[in-house]
Amino acid sequence: MSEDLLTIIIEAVPYLLGGVGMTVACVVGAMLFGLALGVPMAVGQVYGSWAVRRLVGLYVWFFRGVPILVLLFLFYFGLFQIIGLNLSALAASTLVLGMASAAYQSQIFRGSMLALSRGQFRAASALGMSDGETIRSIILPQALRLSLPGWSNEYSILLKDSALAFVLGTTEIMARTHFVATRTYQRLPLYLVACVLFFILTWIGIRCLRWLERKVAIPGYGNA
Amino acid sequence: MVKGGNTVLRVEGICKSFSGKPILRSVSVGLSKGELKVLIGPSGGGKSTLLQCMNHLIPPDAGQIFLEEKPVDTRSKKALYALRQQVGMIFQDFNLFDHLNALDNVSIALRKVKGLPRSEAHERAAAELERVGLADKIRHYPAELSGGQKQRVSIARALAMDPKAILLDEPTSALDPEITGEVLAVIRALAQAGMTMMMATHQVGFARTVADEILFMQDGVVIEQGTPAELLAPDSGTRTLFFCSHLSGLEAAG
Amino acid sequence: MDTLPFLTGEVMPMLNEGLVMSLKIIIPSATLGLLLGIVLGTVRTYGSPWMRRLGNGYAAAIRGTPLVCQLFILYFGLPHIGIYLEPYQAAVLGFVLCNGAYHSEYIRGGLLATRRGQHLAAQALGFSSFGSMLWIVVPQAVRRSLPGCGNEIIYLIKYSSLAYVVTVMELTGMAKQIASDTFRFTEVFLAVGAYYLALVTIATFVLKKLEERFRIPGFGVS
Ligand SMILES: Nc1ncnc2c1ncn2[C@@H]1O[C@H](COP(=O)(O)OP(=O)(O)OP(=O)(O)O)[C@@H](O)[C@H]1O
Ligand SMILES: [Mg+2]
Repeated sequence: MSEDLLTIIIEAVPYLLGGVGMTVACVVGAMLFGLALGVPMAVGQVYGSWAVRRLVGLYVWFFRGVPILVLLFLFYFGLFQIIGLNLSALAASTLVLGMASAAYQSQIFRGSMLALSRGQFRAASALGMSDGETIRSIILPQALRLSLPGWSNEYSILLKDSALAFVLGTTEIMARTHFVATRTYQRLPLYLVACVLFFILTWIGIRCLRWLERKVAIPGYGNA
Repeated sequence: MVKGGNTVLRVEGICKSFSGKPILRSVSVGLSKGELKVLIGPSGGGKSTLLQCMNHLIPPDAGQIFLEEKPVDTRSKKALYALRQQVGMIFQDFNLFDHLNALDNVSIALRKVKGLPRSEAHERAAAELERVGLADKIRHYPAELSGGQKQRVSIARALAMDPKAILLDEPTSALDPEITGEVLAVIRALAQAGMTMMMATHQVGFARTVADEILFMQDGVVIEQGTPAELLAPDSGTRTLFFCSHLSGLEAAG
Repeated sequence: MDTLPFLTGEVMPMLNEGLVMSLKIIIPSATLGLLLGIVLGTVRTYGSPWMRRLGNGYAAAIRGTPLVCQLFILYFGLPHIGIYLEPYQAAVLGFVLCNGAYHSEYIRGGLLATRRGQHLAAQALGFSSFGSMLWIVVPQAVRRSLPGCGNEIIYLIKYSSLAYVVTVMELTGMAKQIASDTFRFTEVFLAVGAYYLALVTIATFVLKKLEERFRIPGFGVS
């Protein structure tokens, strides 16, 4: 029996590792999409007009208040269909997770930008920089560095949320584990294997972000 | 008032080392009923350590504690808790409970340790706060009190437990000079009311006028012991006098 | 065109049923989860070395793996070793075990931030070690961790939707069923989204009020 189990797991590993690829693609994609969307949102919320601030606030409120599961169903089966967007399950999950992540990431960046002193902006303006230039070359480089610890956290949350993509049929780790588990009736051991895979991914990702944190660190800056 | 009658709290042969370094070398002290003893000595001499050994907040390596001449079995937690209920302690940095207002700071031990009902505990606490002159501050939280007020709350907190003796570890050292007076006045009033106390302090003037006895402590040993008149007489030539004149010099200069 | 009657006539009655189920999951999970978090956080801070290691390992394992995976283990996996849980039981147990681990992190932070003198002063008054924990140290730690724990409760409200994957018919499960029957995904899921938004917004408001109520001058601002 235990030999059976071992062969089942060993045979399942290549298949599950394919799922790891999908999971990583989904998480990295969502993270980057969230970054691309979250940064302008944060800038808008800190420096934007009243209307922009309200709009961003509404977006954040919505995406932070609705469960990922509901968002996945809503967009994949509903809104994406309406606007004629025919995406694969993987692309759709990545996009939805990315949109939700943008809401969280914008708040991380916003916090960092607010933590920067007003003096930074004034000093740059005094040198004759435009507002856009100031934000681009003075504010964001500092704010993004300050945001890295928050980013580690966001990565770990996204990774765990990505396990929900299976409800759309994305063949990531969870979906494949479930598939093998149902077929072989070795449910408990296989779900534990999935847990281990996620655990390793969490660990590796956080390691990488720590490394990045050290690499971009400025001596004596921001570890207060 | 007859002092020097029955001994309230006494320790014998207290030894304590921290990581191999002896801090207390067989110290013995007794407190008679109604007596105020003052511990004086250079920094690092072991005053705080001795005081905290006396209610076993720091477990001594050797030595015996006697409460009203009965040896305290320090291996029994129950006996320890009982000892600490009967021996109050005042800390240099107050250690008021940050999440409780003055009234609750004073009443919490009454309720949770002594098991008094809330109303009774509050009544008692309010009375003690009034006694230290803080009747109008009972709803204030520690962060809303000045240092002197905090220390007076902590004295009220100790008093509320009806202690047989109180140990005070430099109760005015963390205070601005202009408000040490309000705390010393409370302690002086307690002494006059017959409270048994042992107090580490650098306030020479206070020791001279209020103390029944001064213990001079250095390198973990009580090297001189006597009444203020004996130890601080101008021609006594004691270590205590030398140390205190040095301190008073500083006080005068500062 | 007939959206409104569809929503009020068909969707909302069922979603209301789902809402009741969701609340039946959220309320006990939040309460027991916080309790577990306090105990676990205390053990992880003051326990004996092996207890600390055990607690830290547990928290790391839970925090490093997806909640769905944990729920699958409880619902589909445990029967493998002869333990059968009802969907509802599996969901609540999963949420409590998971939430407790996250709460414990904040409680631990709160405990570590409590100054040593607080415990010393309590002991000097005759409190037992346990009494000092119960009446002095933990109440301070809980206050310090209130914002973090509040956030976890908000998360719990949203993640209660995962009960659907172990077949509990709560809000999300109901919505999925209506949508699959009628093929009107957008309307149904917007509606259920509104339910969750309302829950989260109300909970946020209540937690903020609670924080204000428990606010103590000069305490825990750090
Ligand atoms: N927990 C501890 N671990 C190690 N060493 C300690 C500890 N507590 C006290 N000591 C050491 O014991 C010595 C005596 O300390 P103690 O606080 O009793 O002196 P003190 O007479 O009260 O001095 P002060 O007037 O500065 O308060 C000091 O050298 C101190 O460094
Ligand atoms: Mg001292």
